[in-house]
Amino acid sequence: MKIYLKFSTALLLFAASPFILTSFHINLLTEILIFGIFALSLNVIVGYTGLVSLGHAAFFGAGAYTAGIIAQNISANLLFTLGGAVLLSVILACIIGLFCLKVSGFYFLMLTLAFSQMVYSFVYQSTGWTGGSNGLSGIPNPILFGWELSNTVWVFYVVASLFLVVYAILGIITESPFGKVLVGIKENEKRLKSMGYHTNIYKYAAFVISGIFGGVAGALYTYFNGFIAPSDIYWTMSGTVLIMVLIGGAGTMLGPVLGAALIVLLETIVSTYTNMWMMILGAVFIIFVIFFPSGIYGISKDIFKGIQNHTVRPKVKNISNEKVS
Amino acid sequence: MYEETILEVNAINKRFGGLEILKEVSFDVSRGERIGIIGPNGAGKTTFFNLLTGDLTPTQGTIAFHGKHITNEPNYKRTRRGIARTFQKNNLLEKLSIFENLLLVLQRKHGIKSTWFKVRNNRSYRALYEEAEALLETWGLHGRRNTKVENLSYGEQRQIEIMLGVATDPSVLLLDEPTAGMSQSETDYIVELLKNLPEALTLMIIEHDLDVIFGLSDRMLVLYNGHVLADDTPEAIRDNQQVNEIYMGKARVV
Ligand SMILES: Nc1ncnc2c1ncn2[C@@H]1O[C@H](COP(=O)(O)OP(=O)(O)OP(=O)(O)O)[C@@H](O)[C@H]1O
Ligand SMILES: [Mg+2]
Repeated sequence: MKIYLKFSTALLLFAASPFILTSFHINLLTEILIFGIFALSLNVIVGYTGLVSLGHAAFFGAGAYTAGIIAQNISANLLFTLGGAVLLSVILACIIGLFCLKVSGFYFLMLTLAFSQMVYSFVYQSTGWTGGSNGLSGIPNPILFGWELSNTVWVFYVVASLFLVVYAILGIITESPFGKVLVGIKENEKRLKSMGYHTNIYKYAAFVISGIFGGVAGALYTYFNGFIAPSDIYWTMSGTVLIMVLIGGAGTMLGPVLGAALIVLLETIVSTYTNMWMMILGAVFIIFVIFFPSGIYGISKDIFKGIQNHTVRPKVKNISNEKVS
Repeated sequence: MYEETILEVNAINKRFGGLEILKEVSFDVSRGERIGIIGPNGAGKTTFFNLLTGDLTPTQGTIAFHGKHITNEPNYKRTRRGIARTFQKNNLLEKLSIFENLLLVLQRKHGIKSTWFKVRNNRSYRALYEEAEALLETWGLHGRRNTKVENLSYGEQRQIEIMLGVATDPSVLLLDEPTAGMSQSETDYIVELLKNLPEALTLMIIEHDLDVIFGLSDRMLVLYNGHVLADDTPEAIRDNQQVNEIYMGKARVV
């Protein structure tokens, strides 16, 4: 029941936002939610399955360019552009996953990077389709049920609703028997095999799920931005989203969203003063890795627990805090 | 013991590079047998288990289980057929609770392993949770179900190794030094526990503790330098001159 309450609160807040916030802040929130979806999608493999990928921009880019190209050449109907983005992401994830999951650890990271750079250079070269180095501009506004989403608020509502849907879907998946197997694989794949699990199938499924929602984030980004640059599919994008997951709290649901929020906000603030954003991003990451390895989510949980222990039971050492449900 | 042969190992051979670790090992197992496996360090005992479970595949030779060839089958399929094992070195989901370790074994058995659209909890999967609770009860671990495995004592972790193996509902359970590194009282506890396992469950036990192995086995296999030196009753092994010289030279068994 508690979960429904949280969900309705989020829904209400999102619904009310345009009446409270300025359009600048609505844009910021939209961007946070899009990157929140992107980080959540990567979290499926990095946080839950223990497969660290440095090539997730491939799916973001695939989703973004597919949505953009369909909107320009076929139809700007959101169902078409989003459907196309999902379809291409699935195909791409099925192919890339097939190769990358042959290896693990460091080699997995390098192979995902290599594949995403291949996708990048393909996009960069195919000037006819993608505009090459100029990117894809003048993408028409998305149309939903005959209604053109022509202003910030409509796009925000679409993004916010999809965010809630994606959050719910991934929340269920990670708490399902399937999701529990993924966590087991992250912890000790050899043991899971010994229990009788065909772990490769699970890793593959996780990879494809991750790719699909990465593509969804990309498509949303197109609706939001109306423009796609090849840098959106470059490896620095993969690095940024990985940092969002890690500093937010890998393997939690809220963590990656908090990570996305922090990075998007920081970038917005910082870029008005200096253009050394990448350096600052690096510094933030280093600080987190060294001082707060459990991420924003981990810190907030500790603080919350600390407050609770102090106020509720000041002197009793907290040994029997385990919940027996 | 039952007459039915369940496992047939035919002239298996295992090489690592140029090294021949197992040489022409042949071996039949009947249902319900309790087979002790001894041999000096490096004799190839664990490797032999790895070949039976599919963690490794033999260089030559064949393995049949219930008459079906499983020589090159991967380990997860063999587990489903009913071959379970424990590891010489604890190999558990350390950061997860005892309960979660067990649930993962049982959810595969209950066939809900790949359901991804339904949150798993004790309301949505009542039968699964009830079975897990009952198992923890019988293993005396119910009070500590939410304890992370890494916070348990070494002896308790060894016990969980066995519990997870048994929970897969095997017909053959391979135990790789189940009491290694345990105190005398912990060892006694494990021995009792193994003695109380269902009679129809076949056990193969690698063990350096000779008291334990002679207490549990009704048949013994001595591996030496990768081949079977002796395969006989415990009494005959005790009197075997060669075995005494090679394996028990230092600590003769009474
Ligand atoms: N994966 C491997 N690659 C190369 N050599 C291996 C491998 N696994 C085992 N060996 C070698 O095979 C030999 C037998 O090892 P094994 O672990 O089967 O011995 P064991 O009888 O279980 O010994 P112990 O009583 O010490 O557990 C050892 O010399 C070991 O070094
Ligand atoms: Mg061994």
